[in-house]
Amino acid sequence: MEEPCLIEKSELNRLIERLIREGFLVLGPRVEDSAILYCEIQSMRDLPRGYRDTQEPGKYRVAESNGENYFEFNLGPHSWKQFLFPPKQSVSSCKKTDNGWEFTTNVDSPPKFAFLGVRACELAAIEVQDRVFLEGPFVDPVYQARRESTFIIAVNCTVAASTCFCTSMGTGPKCKSAFDLALTELDDGFVVEVGTTRGRSMISDLNIRKIDREHASDSQLLQQRACDQITKRMDTSGIRNLLLENLDHPHWDDVAKRCLSCTNCTMVCPTCFCSSVTEVSNLSGDQIERERQWDSCFNVDFSYTASGTVRDDVRSRYRQWLTHKLASWHDQFDSSGCVGCGRCITWCPVGIDLTAEVAAIRNTPFSNRTLPVIQPVSKAACAFPKDFKP
Amino acid sequence: MGVFKFASCDGCQLQLLSCEDELLSIADAIDIVHFLEASSHVEPGPYDIALVEGSITTNVDRNRILEVRKHSKYLVTIGACATAGGIQALKNWGDRSDYLRAVYARPEYIETLSTSTAIADHVKVDFELRGCPINRLQLIDVILSLLADRAPRTPRHSVCLDCKRRGTVCIAVAQDAVCLGPITQAGCGAICPAYQRGCYGCFGPAAQPNCDSLADWYLAGRATPVELVPLLRNFNANAPAFRECGDRIDPFLDSGGTT
Ligand code: SF4
Ligand code: SF4
Ligand code: SF4
Ligand code: SF4
Repeated sequence: MEEPCLIEKSELNRLIERLIREGFLVLGPRVEDSAILYCEIQSMRDLPRGYRDTQEPGKYRVAESNGENYFEFNLGPHSWKQFLFPPKQSVSSCKKTDNGWEFTTNVDSPPKFAFLGVRACELAAIEVQDRVFLEGPFVDPVYQARRESTFIIAVNCTVAASTCFCTSMGTGPKCKSAFDLALTELDDGFVVEVGTTRGRSMISDLNIRKIDREHASDSQLLQQRACDQITKRMDTSGIRNLLLENLDHPHWDDVAKRCLSCTNCTMVCPTCFCSSVTEVSNLSGDQIERERQWDSCFNVDFSYTASGTVRDDVRSRYRQWLTHKLASWHDQFDSSGCVGCGRCITWCPVGIDLTAEVAAIRNTPFSNRTLPVIQPVSKAACAFPKDFKP
Repeated sequence: MGVFKFASCDGCQLQLLSCEDELLSIADAIDIVHFLEASSHVEPGPYDIALVEGSITTNVDRNRILEVRKHSKYLVTIGACATAGGIQALKNWGDRSDYLRAVYARPEYIETLSTSTAIADHVKVDFELRGCPINRLQLIDVILSLLADRAPRTPRHSVCLDCKRRGTVCIAVAQDAVCLGPITQAGCGAICPAYQRGCYGCFGPAAQPNCDSLADWYLAGRATPVELVPLLRNFNANAPAFRECGDRIDPFLDSGGTT
């Protein structure tokens, strides 16, 4: 990768203008409804300049500070998932004609997205969803159409929230790959790293300066500051076996007493990908839309089958979520399903913190019954083999 | 189809009338033979579908619902009154004779039970449609599902799922609002949080609601029992999950409370 360079802050406006000129829908952080959300951005004026957020389990606040920086906050309730994998999507339709039923696959033409302000953990989350939607035997056309044209401007965190634990998950706070451009905000400019040739050409007409030693060390210090502010930890050593060997741990009952099974954690999680598909007919029953909507393992009816509901209590639903995210995800997609963004902790209405739940299980070995020896789950049992062709 | 009213405000029946466009198509597919809100012309049963609005608060109604049941193939209750007893179930916590004396000049003319109860407490109900008032799109779907012999699309999950699908910022987390969304069944489209108001619980308890956990969280600093109890005791006061939680945290409740 080439040497980073420096631009004045106002040059970001020219980059935004250029993206808009080239037909991109620029999406970035913006203060709306008491939070920093990802919305359409027309210029730097829309960015949350001087805003800071504070987060703790079950609590989020955003407030103006006397700072001047554009990116001195962390994550809000939105993630980029909502653009690449829309909450609601019509996937196909069928219509009754004189010659029987006529089926159509709905192909939409989404806008070209430019994401501005993607954090390291979010880059990792996009890579996780790439594996889910693009790299298995079934490619998701809705996701693919959006993902392929998306231009990514990442931002290195210079502060961290109390809920962040990217350092434990090995995903941040420094953006290492999967971006077109990455910015680090200094007091007097942005350090720009170029990740792709597309990124390089997008900044070709900006006023670019060579980065001097002072800027390089400022940038280092600010990134180190974010690292130092991260206090939350999750011990991931042997986490897959730890959880799968403790399916009968009494702590699942403890968390079930608190968990509302409300689905918020899965909705805000940037990697959760579950959906349900339903057919919706018009009144006369001759026009039917097949709709896909975000769904969740915390929804009691999500595991409803012909023989009944598989996960019929909160305990089994919370356990399903945590063991999928942190354990069986490894078998299915060769990675953790958690990138350490902390959204599920902040946006849980009763402040349930997965890192605390894992620690509770780790700290109280459950040994008053003999556990069956857990064999490593073979890939074939969890997912289609990589070379499987439908 | 017949539409029958018990103790209620008529709001749910009005949802059927406000189906305007769809009503014509519905009327093509089914004969509405008893619907006093729309027409004084009524025909006797039997009915394939009986839509029942309202709760049981009098002896007369207790007998009338038995008759409706006897003449109906599918009995569908519509709204919080019919499925949980409605706002009038607040009488279940009070003394009937006190209310009668306070409201009526000649209480001896009033014949009423001491409780307001759901239709399902009296007869077998085939399907309960929630809401105060019901969502007309859900009503249409229930009618369509009966015509097509399929399950209706009336999810049992929390309001939160719909809140997140529409991109609303959670006001419980971002503004310390007291919101019943996590324990309330979806169906309204998560309207209130989108207008910065906590969910009032119009659609009653969601499936397997953890009311105690949410109540304890709110009581730890955000709300007092005096604020929280009336929220749990509104349109769905007598729905068992809300009733039990409200009774548990009610500081004024003595043994004379509801059963
Ligand atoms: S988890 Fe790490 S990368 Fe993500 S916002 Fe927090 S500090 Fe930044
Ligand atoms: S962990 Fe929290 S956010 Fe997730 S379902 Fe339970 S209560 Fe809701
Ligand atoms: S599980 Fe929680 S911390 Fe991990 S990626 Fe999902 S929302 Fe973020
Ligand atoms: S605002 Fe209320 S309904 Fe919406 S997610 Fe938050 S708690 Fe749930």
